[in-house]
Amino acid sequence: MTEEIIIAGFGGQGVLSMGKILAYSAIMQNQEVSWFPSYGPEMRGGTANVTVILSDERISSPILHVYDTAILLNQQSLDKFEDSVKPGGVLLYDKNGLIRMPERTDIHIYRVDAADASAKMESTKAFNMIVMGGYLKIKPIVQIENVYKGLEKSIPARYSHLLELNKKAIAIGQEIVTKER
Amino acid sequence: MKELRLMKGNEAVAEGAIRAGADGYFGYPITPQSEVMEYLMAEQPEKRTGMVVLQAESEVAAINMVYGAASTGKKVMTSSSSPGMSLMQEGISYLAGAELPCLLLNVARGGPGLGTIQPSQADYFQSVKGGGHGDYNLIVLAPSSVQEMFDFAFLGFDLAFKYRNPVLMLSDGLIGQMMEKVELCEQLPRTTHFDRSWTLTGKPDGQERNIVTSLDLDASMQEIHNLHLQEKYRQCKEAEVRYELFDTEDADYLFVAYGSSARICQKAIKIGRSEGIKIGLLRPITLWPFPAKPLAELASRMKGILSVEQSAGQMVEDVRLSVGSGVHIEHYGRMGGMIPTPEQVLENLKKLLIAK
Repeated sequence: MTEEIIIAGFGGQGVLSMGKILAYSAIMQNQEVSWFPSYGPEMRGGTANVTVILSDERISSPILHVYDTAILLNQQSLDKFEDSVKPGGVLLYDKNGLIRMPERTDIHIYRVDAADASAKMESTKAFNMIVMGGYLKIKPIVQIENVYKGLEKSIPARYSHLLELNKKAIAIGQEIVTKER
Repeated sequence: MKELRLMKGNEAVAEGAIRAGADGYFGYPITPQSEVMEYLMAEQPEKRTGMVVLQAESEVAAINMVYGAASTGKKVMTSSSSPGMSLMQEGISYLAGAELPCLLLNVARGGPGLGTIQPSQADYFQSVKGGGHGDYNLIVLAPSSVQEMFDFAFLGFDLAFKYRNPVLMLSDGLIGQMMEKVELCEQLPRTTHFDRSWTLTGKPDGQERNIVTSLDLDASMQEIHNLHLQEKYRQCKEAEVRYELFDTEDADYLFVAYGSSARICQKAIKIGRSEGIKIGLLRPITLWPFPAKPLAELASRMKGILSVEQSAGQMVEDVRLSVGSGVHIEHYGRMGGMIPTPEQVLENLKKLLIAK
């Protein structure tokens, strides 16, 4: 099994940390991982993306231009990466703030309204874990206990009280994700 | 139980230095290697092992702090990225001339000049052909994974002390910034072993004082020193060539690539083989000494060789020197911080080698 993922959105949405938690979860179940962030000027300009690869085998290139799954969380990211999903692959997006929706018909398109849901939870910080929940519902490639372990590793001790909130966010994401086509 | 961590390359090399028993780190921040010092500062190794971490006022200061501390026989290192490495070249030449062991790390970015902050491999010439002035060589290691960023801190210090020579790890922004699984080994004791035959630790009774210098005003003596250096480099060339082969047994075409490019080539090989093109890879682990002999042996049964490097074509010169005429050799690379995709690498192999 190899899963090649791009996660892209605004800086501050938790794109990089979502990738990190996913990578940690995969390590917990003995898989190989790579995580390569955008660290260039695009990050400083407000958008961020990270390429995460999870595999049972040694990972070759950490840089790709086509992906099994694209998790796209703003308009710029959707415009930039929609074409990079492999035919038959998965595109997961949040419709919040979009003026142009995904158009491809040769891939599976899912929507998770994580921005709305995190507002309802009164915690915008839960946004990325709601998206994570949505992704895990579509592709349960890492076990949920391992995601919890990944969370524990990634959240600094002083924020450990946020662990329960994040677990709840994952559950909400799993619930609200919908398949569009 | 083995200790597994998810780390950036820059963090792994910093942890590696601590665990290899380094005595000191002197550096100055620059993207994309700033996490090296950031990690060391946060880890506070002075509490773990007694290792000193100091932010110097400039790269020039940092490399001269390395010179000073290395003169006393301490295990010390510095790190920077391309423009910062250029600033250090005078000090590096002095270190090589004075035969001081130390570990240097370049997490290279696009150039020339201030260039960009994205990954690049255009510092190959600077790393293996000199950089500073005079007839000297660095031992140059090219890590191509986060695990190797950790492991080569140990290997680097070992080689530096074995040959009393600076060792350079030539990495790039991709390997420095990416996170992978790293298996950490046990902490080595930070045993400061003073080799009294050359270190400056106070004159022992009954022994002449030691002098660490790269200066000799007597040309005939300087030539003797140069001949000694050349003999040392010759021995190093004999003993320290390191490389890795992938899928070369049945290959018709060969990639030669190091660091992040070697990773990209492995994926290109996979895609190529699914289309029926048999490609292999020789990955130099030591860029100096360059694996000339194993490359020449492999080359004789290849239809073509593509040197892949994020540059305008620097390593390809060493590939040509190693192989000689008779085999079709080309270079492919992106520049200025652009990273080629595996598909682009494969496409260029077809265009440059197969179509011709």
